[in-house]
Amino acid sequence: MARTRGCYTRALIHRLVLENLKHRPVRTLLSATAIGVQVTMILTLVGVSQGVLGDIAARSRGTGADILVRPPGSSVLAFSGDMPQGIVGLVRKEPHVVMATGTKVQSIGNFDSITGINLEEFNAISGGLRYLEGGPLQGPDDLLIDDVYAGAHKLHAGDSLDLGLQWRIAGVVESGKLSHIFAGIASLQDKYSAKDKVSVIYVKLDDPKNLAAVIDSLKVKLEDYKVFSVDEFVSLISVDSIPILKRFTNVVIGLAVIVGFLVVFLSMYTAVLERTREIGILKALGASPGYIMAILLRETFFLAVAGAIAGVLMSFGTQWIMRVFVPTMPMLIVYAWWPWAALIALTGSLIGAIYPGLKAARQDAIEALVYD
Amino acid sequence: MTSGFPASEPMIEIRNLHKTYRLGEIDVHALRGVNLSVARGEFLAVVGPSGSGKSTLFHILGGLTPPTSGTVHIGGQDLLGMTDAQRTDMRKSTVGFVFQKYNLLPTLSAADNIAIARDIAKKPRETDPAFDQILDLLGLKGRLHHKPRALSGGEQQRVAIARAIVNHPAILLADEPTGNLDTENSTAVLGLLRDLNTRLGQTILMITHNPEAAAYGHRIAKMRDGRVVE
Ligand SMILES: Nc1ncnc2c1ncn2[C@@H]1O[C@H](COP(=O)(O)OP(=O)(O)OP(=O)(O)O)[C@@H](O)[C@H]1O
Ligand SMILES: [Mg+2]
Repeated sequence: MARTRGCYTRALIHRLVLENLKHRPVRTLLSATAIGVQVTMILTLVGVSQGVLGDIAARSRGTGADILVRPPGSSVLAFSGDMPQGIVGLVRKEPHVVMATGTKVQSIGNFDSITGINLEEFNAISGGLRYLEGGPLQGPDDLLIDDVYAGAHKLHAGDSLDLGLQWRIAGVVESGKLSHIFAGIASLQDKYSAKDKVSVIYVKLDDPKNLAAVIDSLKVKLEDYKVFSVDEFVSLISVDSIPILKRFTNVVIGLAVIVGFLVVFLSMYTAVLERTREIGILKALGASPGYIMAILLRETFFLAVAGAIAGVLMSFGTQWIMRVFVPTMPMLIVYAWWPWAALIALTGSLIGAIYPGLKAARQDAIEALVYD
Repeated sequence: MTSGFPASEPMIEIRNLHKTYRLGEIDVHALRGVNLSVARGEFLAVVGPSGSGKSTLFHILGGLTPPTSGTVHIGGQDLLGMTDAQRTDMRKSTVGFVFQKYNLLPTLSAADNIAIARDIAKKPRETDPAFDQILDLLGLKGRLHHKPRALSGGEQQRVAIARAIVNHPAILLADEPTGNLDTENSTAVLGLLRDLNTRLGQTILMITHNPEAAAYGHRIAKMRDGRVVE
């Protein structure tokens, strides 16, 4: 009996809340959308972070290398630090090393970079680039681009390309190996006045079971240099290892809470002003401040849930936009973040409902009912 | 609520009741020593010129505002010194209110408007046989699923009356319940109030400016300048 009542009560209050939301459809739609935009912002940031990092990890594995060596003091994702090319020779002398090749990463802005490679050595390690159009690097101004970059910029073999300097596209290769843009390492070093400088050395071993021994030995010989197994390196590529990205994510979450708070504050505040009479009626019927508050919080809850759902749906839209306009920055749909983004939206919303709710709960019944 | 209260005692006992509103620097003496007894089952009409304190008296009896001084007992409960929470509780079950404006919740159906009063009082929706009898008296059975705006003024006021008595309050307070209604609807509403009084023994206090409406009561209390004068 008590149980039936509970269910019924909730049904009645839900009906009141839903009718109130339906009564002002534009307010409801705008509030939910605004909350949704916050959710989308969070999901997009998280999705792009994880997508880009996952892409970098996959392309690092695509090199086919077992070990990579980076200059002293370099951080995980700052690829463009330099070390002398002579180190490559040193690494090659190490027992069990079948092949080592130096690469030069040259940033060209817009999160893009050109990777200078020795094409024969890189092919030997990675198993070879697969050409979809054109062919290998020949002249000093030649570039290879992958199909992702080609698709994004509508480029084909034979086109010329201005990346600060003039290049000619010799071929389009299948993506997934190290970089979106390749040049000959010698000409890249030459063009950017970085003679005999390399950024990362990729190392292939005779047998993976020698991995630990080679790493230990290299660490001794190359004191202060960063020597990673590719697996270790890939495991380091995460949002946690990039403090600025983590901080940026927290800022966006903070903004989402604040904007959710403001949106709901304004929306519920005007709703309370508009419903002075209804609130007065409930009070005259003996509704306690808690009863009034509970109705408004429930309405807020519905807005936040609708907003969260809208936000999740809109994140598929931003994924599509990224894919079409910025294909080099893939965005993942990170399901694990859906509940978090929803919780963040809910938190901001419920905090925003407190003041309007208290105002309603404290409202004088007589004034609302007797005067017009 | 009123079961332990002896039937011989008056339902409402008011002695030397004062109510002073403070508007900034100015004190407005809305009630200046009201004395009034209302018996259980009585239907009392309250009349008097505008500003004489009729609504103020009802708001105090209904627990919407606290008295300033004097004694007010309803069904044995003392209203003076009640906390806000106690007055809220009193509104749930001891009094029912009907206003000149029907004051229904516009987004809920007539049935839900009645049900929400049960809900606020934490009573089950399944109403008792006595209430079914009331619905018969209302003459609205087929229209209860309509929203207020689909009902005429008289129908809305009858729903408001049903809502006011759904929790079996000790007293029903009606502040100019026919003030907005035409003659035909007024007659229906007044007839309903009289039926509730005679068939269910509902104690009713009704403010009215209309002598014909006042004639529905057993007795007329006349107010002037914050007092009951006859
Ligand atoms: N909330 C309030 N604050 C200040 N003064 C008030 C308030 N409510 C009523 N008054 C004053 O108290 C006096 C009595 O008002 P009340 O509303 O009780 O009269 P009434 O007899 O119901 O009049 P009417 O027939 O016009 O409804 C009036 O002078 C009114 O201005
Ligand atoms: Mg009045």
